[in-house]
Amino acid sequence: MSNDVDNSRRKFIAAGVAGTAGLVLAPGVTLLDMAHARPAGEAASSAKRWGLLIDSTKCATGCNDCVTACGKENGVASTGHPETDPQWIRKIELKEIKSGRSHSLPMMCQHCAEPPCVDVCPTGASFKRADGIVLVDRHICIGCRYCMMACPYKARSFVHEEHEDQNPDVPRGKGCVEACTLCVHRIDKDQQPACVEACSAGNHGAMLFGDLNDSNSEISKRIATFATTQVRPDLALNTGVRYQGI
Amino acid sequence: MNNDVFRKNKDAAFYFLLGAIGLVALAGLGAAFYMEHYGHVVTGMTNQIVWGLPHVFALFLIVAASGVLNMASIGSVFGKPVYKARAALSGLLAIAMLAGGLMVLMLDLGRSDRLIIAMTYLNLKSVFALNVFLYTIFFSVVVLYLWTMMDRKMHGYSRYVGFAAFIWRLLLTTGTGAIFGFLVARQAYGSALLPPMFIIMSFSFGLAVFMIVQAVMYRWNDRVLDEEILRRLKNLLAVFVAAVLYFTAVYHMTNLYFAKQTDFERFILLDGGIYTTLFWVGQVLIGSVLPLFLLFTAKKSSTVVVASLLVILGGFFQLYVFLIGGQAFPLNLFPGMEQSSSFFDGVIHSYSPSLPEFLLGMGGIAVAALITAIVAKVLNFMPDDTPHPASH
Repeated sequence: MSNDVDNSRRKFIAAGVAGTAGLVLAPGVTLLDMAHARPAGEAASSAKRWGLLIDSTKCATGCNDCVTACGKENGVASTGHPETDPQWIRKIELKEIKSGRSHSLPMMCQHCAEPPCVDVCPTGASFKRADGIVLVDRHICIGCRYCMMACPYKARSFVHEEHEDQNPDVPRGKGCVEACTLCVHRIDKDQQPACVEACSAGNHGAMLFGDLNDSNSEISKRIATFATTQVRPDLALNTGVRYQGI
Repeated sequence: MNNDVFRKNKDAAFYFLLGAIGLVALAGLGAAFYMEHYGHVVTGMTNQIVWGLPHVFALFLIVAASGVLNMASIGSVFGKPVYKARAALSGLLAIAMLAGGLMVLMLDLGRSDRLIIAMTYLNLKSVFALNVFLYTIFFSVVVLYLWTMMDRKMHGYSRYVGFAAFIWRLLLTTGTGAIFGFLVARQAYGSALLPPMFIIMSFSFGLAVFMIVQAVMYRWNDRVLDEEILRRLKNLLAVFVAAVLYFTAVYHMTNLYFAKQTDFERFILLDGGIYTTLFWVGQVLIGSVLPLFLLFTAKKSSTVVVASLLVILGGFFQLYVFLIGGQAFPLNLFPGMEQSSSFFDGVIHSYSPSLPEFLLGMGGIAVAALITAIVAKVLNFMPDDTPHPASH
């Protein structure tokens, strides 16, 4: 009888200690989790789908902050050959033919859920990461450019000549195809893509980055509240980049 | 004695011919090395026109390669002796042209050094990857086919292998057409009409190439092609040329019917500058109407050769308009809006083919010619129309 009492007391103490420890440690664990979004070696998870929301009503004609930031971050620079120079992100000026309404927006890889570039790539160098980011594996890209023929957004570029001064995080090579990586190297460090950061830093607020799968994320809330569009929705590619105000 | 002198002259001429073709092939390889070393910046290709002149040559060679095998198929599958006599030569040409075409395609890659990767990393959802299988199996089946034709012991299998080769060549051209048929992004492509259209193009281009090679071989051996055979072959070519024209008309008519495609059609058919000229003057007039007239009125072998040359030239024009013209028209990301950017959105893309691209393409033709000439010299590929007791 007395033994039973002893056991229940022990259990109570053990549970209490574990609970206290949990209360003390859990925030730390969470903090650690937030500081390092994903430990090296751990695969990207399909629980997330990274995306962008671009508000073209806030995107000013002539503002090139996102393009400049992308070039600096990824080492994409002009060589003076505009027709062959890669462009990962570009500003498109639009003018509605009927009404004359004009506006401006950045265009880059739309990180489709059903990417045509991935379908057509003969070697599988074009691939979609579990978290929705569409990338090119530079080790197995043979430079056939079939993905460039297939991309409806003209998002991809072929590296036509040798490049120097590369960013170590973003290796690039002559003879391969490349495109916006959504700054995957920054996302994996829990940072925002360089274009989004530059747009915020300039107080433009035209670009929002976040997890489309998380209904509580700012991007999901905005998409649930405002009318947004995908570019070429007729193709049903389910793009990760959405636009407001087109 | 006279015969000896004649033979020696012929031999000298043969080696001279080989040397000349070899030089063109070398120039092609040199061009590929130059492009590989400096990058594609030395070509006319850009981020707008991503596939250029080398692809026009490669497409022509690959399409014609499968078409040239038609001669053999009509012989084996449909049992026509006139075609059976030409089956071996048609098989040889098919292999040679496919090899030449694939060489151009491989050497144009940004990383042609990664050939092993192209062959070992296969994304089976990609039409390109499927084509790797289509090409390899095509080579094997045609080699096997040649064996059954040239080895008496294997004759019995010829019909079956011939049938397999026939089916496979249809699949192969379907695969080539599907490379474009599955492209949803661009207005020129993304149509189920393209695979059958490529098949009929292959019939036409392939037969035209065959007629020329056959004429050269007959002339070289001082023989004259039987008039009845010439008449049948030239009429067949005319039917194929007309069929390509029909498919071209259907392709453009369908596009014209869709409001969203009219701008693109306007570009190709009316105000596309070089592409409009190449379409009407190159493909329609030089490549179709003129050869049709020549073929229907021809009495002499030389007229048929001229007509065949025009069909080939027209084929190049057609592929140029299809491939380069199709890319020159800008992608329409925002229908109903004027678009402009630093990346050439909303404007017609310019393209000027460069010498290395042309040389690489010619190199592919030279390699095909080299394979044909050497193998035809070593083995007997001359069509033999003397009646064979078994064929009666």
